[in-house]
Amino acid sequence: MPAVSKGDGMRGLAVFISDIRNCKSKEAEIKRINKELANIRSKFKGDKALDGYSKKKYVCKLLFIFLLGHDIDFGHMEAVNLLSSNKYTEKQIGYLFISVLVNSNSELIRLINNAIKNDLSSRNPTFMCLALHCIANVGSREMAEAFASEIPRILVAGDTMDSVKQSAALCLLRLYKTSPDLVLMGEWTSRVVHLLNDQHMGVVTAAISLITCLSQKNPDEFKTCVSLAVSRLSRIVSSASTDLQDYTYYFVPAPWLSCKLLRLLQCYPPPEDGAVKGRLVECLETILNKAQEPPKSKKVQHSNAKNAILFEAISLIIHYDSEPNLLVRACNQLGQFLQHRETNLRYLALESMCTLASSEFSHEAVKTHIETVINALKTERDVSVRQRAADLLYAMCDRSNAKQIVAEMLSYLETADYSIREEMVLKVAILAEKYAVDYSWYVDTILNLIRIAGDYVSEEVWYRVIQIVINRDDVQGYAAKTVFEALQAPACHENMVKVGGYILGEFGNLIAGDPRSSPLVQFNLLHSKFHLCSVPTRALLLSAYIKFINLFPETKATIQEVLRCDSQIRNSDVELQQRAVEYLKLSSIASTDVLATVLEEMPPFPERESSILAKLKKKKGPGAVSVPELDDKREGGELNGGGDRGPDTAAMSASNAVSRYVLVASSCLFMYIGFVCKNNGVLFENQLLQIGIKSEYRQNLGRMYLFYGNKTSVQFASFTTTVSCPGELQSHILSLNVQTKPVEPLVEGGAQIQQVLNIECLTDFSEAPLLNIKFRYGGALQNLSLKLPVTINKFFQPTEMTSHDFFQRWKQLSQPQQEAQKIFKANHGMDTEVLKAKLLGLGTALLDDVDPNPENYVCAGVIQTKGQQVGCLLRLEPNGQAQMYRLTLRCSKDSVSMRLCELLAQQF
Amino acid sequence: MQFMLLFSRQGKLRLQKWYVPLSDKEKKKITRELVQTVLARKPKMCSFLEWRDLKVVYKRYASLYFCCAIEEQDNELITLEIIHRYVELLDKYFGSVCELDIIFNFEKAYFILDEFLLGGEAQETSKKTVLKAIEQADLLQEVRPHVVTLHFNSALFLIRLLRLN
Repeated sequence: MPAVSKGDGMRGLAVFISDIRNCKSKEAEIKRINKELANIRSKFKGDKALDGYSKKKYVCKLLFIFLLGHDIDFGHMEAVNLLSSNKYTEKQIGYLFISVLVNSNSELIRLINNAIKNDLSSRNPTFMCLALHCIANVGSREMAEAFASEIPRILVAGDTMDSVKQSAALCLLRLYKTSPDLVLMGEWTSRVVHLLNDQHMGVVTAAISLITCLSQKNPDEFKTCVSLAVSRLSRIVSSASTDLQDYTYYFVPAPWLSCKLLRLLQCYPPPEDGAVKGRLVECLETILNKAQEPPKSKKVQHSNAKNAILFEAISLIIHYDSEPNLLVRACNQLGQFLQHRETNLRYLALESMCTLASSEFSHEAVKTHIETVINALKTERDVSVRQRAADLLYAMCDRSNAKQIVAEMLSYLETADYSIREEMVLKVAILAEKYAVDYSWYVDTILNLIRIAGDYVSEEVWYRVIQIVINRDDVQGYAAKTVFEALQAPACHENMVKVGGYILGEFGNLIAGDPRSSPLVQFNLLHSKFHLCSVPTRALLLSAYIKFINLFPETKATIQEVLRCDSQIRNSDVELQQRAVEYLKLSSIASTDVLATVLEEMPPFPERESSILAKLKKKKGPGAVSVPELDDKREGGELNGGGDRGPDTAAMSASNAVSRYVLVASSCLFMYIGFVCKNNGVLFENQLLQIGIKSEYRQNLGRMYLFYGNKTSVQFASFTTTVSCPGELQSHILSLNVQTKPVEPLVEGGAQIQQVLNIECLTDFSEAPLLNIKFRYGGALQNLSLKLPVTINKFFQPTEMTSHDFFQRWKQLSQPQQEAQKIFKANHGMDTEVLKAKLLGLGTALLDDVDPNPENYVCAGVIQTKGQQVGCLLRLEPNGQAQMYRLTLRCSKDSVSMRLCELLAQQF
Repeated sequence: MQFMLLFSRQGKLRLQKWYVPLSDKEKKKITRELVQTVLARKPKMCSFLEWRDLKVVYKRYASLYFCCAIEEQDNELITLEIIHRYVELLDKYFGSVCELDIIFNFEKAYFILDEFLLGGEAQETSKKTVLKAIEQADLLQEVRPHVVTLHFNSALFLIRLLRLN
């Protein structure tokens, strides 16, 4: 039963709450609320001055109404008045109202900040805490501006009470999170680190959250925290369960602080100092040992607190990824949890094992649990746990168990929850591609995928299987046979028809020898699906038909008949009609030779990152697909390589192609970034090849000269280059049009050849075109993909304007999405001349005497694309003291602001 | 931690605390979605779920759900115990806390939370220290929480959140 109170808090409030609760309907409640609002309004407006108590009561009622979900548009002023009351309870309610219902009314903010300032300087700890809580709760930029320099002083002052220090630490954390640029590091930072040694556990608990956040951004300045954290942790871990008095929680000493200490250590690499490291390893071992001890209490709070520390310790062990012994112990411990009766522990064990699977020390240990994990996927009653099991299977997959895991995932897909099907499909597709040793298995798997979960097979997946079949001639016959069989099913998924149409159109001839799959049988089979399909699929089928006419002249009459019928040639859909008309005409007037040239087999697709992997990354964030990277270090087999490759070189994995691409790309990423502000230079160089670039841009057009230099004394044979613009396959919408002519296939030793690219910018873009180069060097095929340094700023036209014009336009571009802003640390020196040169190289006009602050740089320009012109304004504010920049862009097109901001933030 | 929500089995929001800046509209949308998601889950299910790019940790105490959204690198189990410690604090302060106490003394529930968690991080985990701070404030005010009168239609709200054992 509730406690009996000594007095009556706010009787009116209690009565009002009772009334609301007794309302029988929503209408009655609204009526009661409106009555109350009218009453409060009249009281606030009335001539009679309200006493503090009434004001408090009414403000509290308004707060209650707001928390019920109704809008409140008055009472802020009365709440602010309460802040300056010297009665604690009135002040407290005022602060609560402000914390819950902040209003960005600038006049009020000023008043609120004033009240806070008074309380902070009152030297009354309860008042100070109230004010700090309010800042921490609101955390607005205005408050950061007013207090970001004051709070560090309070935090480290010798005479500050412990409770105030605690509030100040977390208040500063909140301000740092919202406005990192306003919280300047300084003399106080080293003193903050030493709070880790404070006698008061509460102070340490609060301060460590601040230290963790600060050291993520400024690791060097806070490095001394590592040894302090280790010794603090060591003291806690080795203390008896009663030593820490009230900080012991269900027989576990200081669980929150322990977790936070372990979390802080994860911001740093393993300690270099041997003694510190030894002490830490000892702590981690003790934590792992304790997990094996019998529990000191049967309460779930005891085991939760204990295991919270254990999981955090395991995260640290995984983060270090350097102690094989600890990693394997961690894995065994998690293995025990996999079969625990607590669902929570099973969930966390599956999650944590996912990261363990990516460590080379524990990958094998994780794999031993495969049966348990498969069982979890089948039997767990909670979908979120099954999801974790599927993630773990994906993470632990490698060549040795791929077939088993893919089979299990496929069979799970048949009954999988709708919410996770799409992701499962992507995962199966990636694993099948990555670990395919024989391509028939790969093709079978993907077709099964379409059969089982066709609706969830996204375009990327079926594009990919086609790319791979086209690039590998040893699988084409099998693929044709398999799709032919799959299409026999009376009801097959539309995605199957698409794949079938495409593959038979290209490779139907490979199975046409068998009378059961003669050309006409193939055609009739495809055409029997035609009427059930959507327009894009029909369009694809029409293309397959014209390809049939080329492959099998005997089908010409039948197919022309089909094309000629009204439902095609007069189809109301323009695309279908056009295809039917054009294909019919083509087949009747073109000679066999012309037909054969026009309808030639598709050339191999350029190698690129698997579009499926890219999709999964987009869906899950980069962390979720970290597993493939691990395997790159081992062997692999190339799946999406060119068809002309010998069987030996083909024994590498698709992931390898991806990783090689990434490797090359990252090694010249630096060079690529360097080209944002310049047009000429060396783009790439290794022992064999050097690629130089000269480029010029005018309006929305550009011309780029590529110089390929053979650095060896041996001839390069079969030298080919292709340029592709990302996204062209998926969207058919080109943002860049790049035209080029093929280069000479032979490059003599020591010679240089030149290639010209003509570039047209159709609309704004963010992805650079990719240059793929293939050649043979002494028999070995070399393959290289590079990003071409074509960035959106190349199409800038500088615009000169006066200060007045600049700010007028600046104000016109005031919608939030038109602005992009980044605050970042200077990567290079902050030399004025270098900065100016870079800004000019960018292509904009550098405007003098525009910004009132002479330290700042402002630029203006117009980006020319074929479709439109995008006006862009730029402002760069250096902070020499902090070695930071603030970069702001405002453009008439949102995507351009974002892109330019990303590009430029890497430049300074 | 990004936010904490307390809501009843009927989906009524009893307390909301946001540690990240969001518009009222977004807050309402998040609340609606999350309340629905959590209420739809069965009793023996796991206390954690992935939701948007956050992790949600929740636990039911009698008629009330306590639900926290934490970030990727935060610890789920320790968050469950943050919830539990908060319930213990409420229980100790109100003396066998029930849902009605929180409805009628919502401001107290906020004050206690602010002493315990600030900016989404544990500020003071000692039960004694937190309660001492609140009681000192009560001394300044010389009143205790309002007595809940018993004329309501349902005894449900009077079930003690914290089971005695």
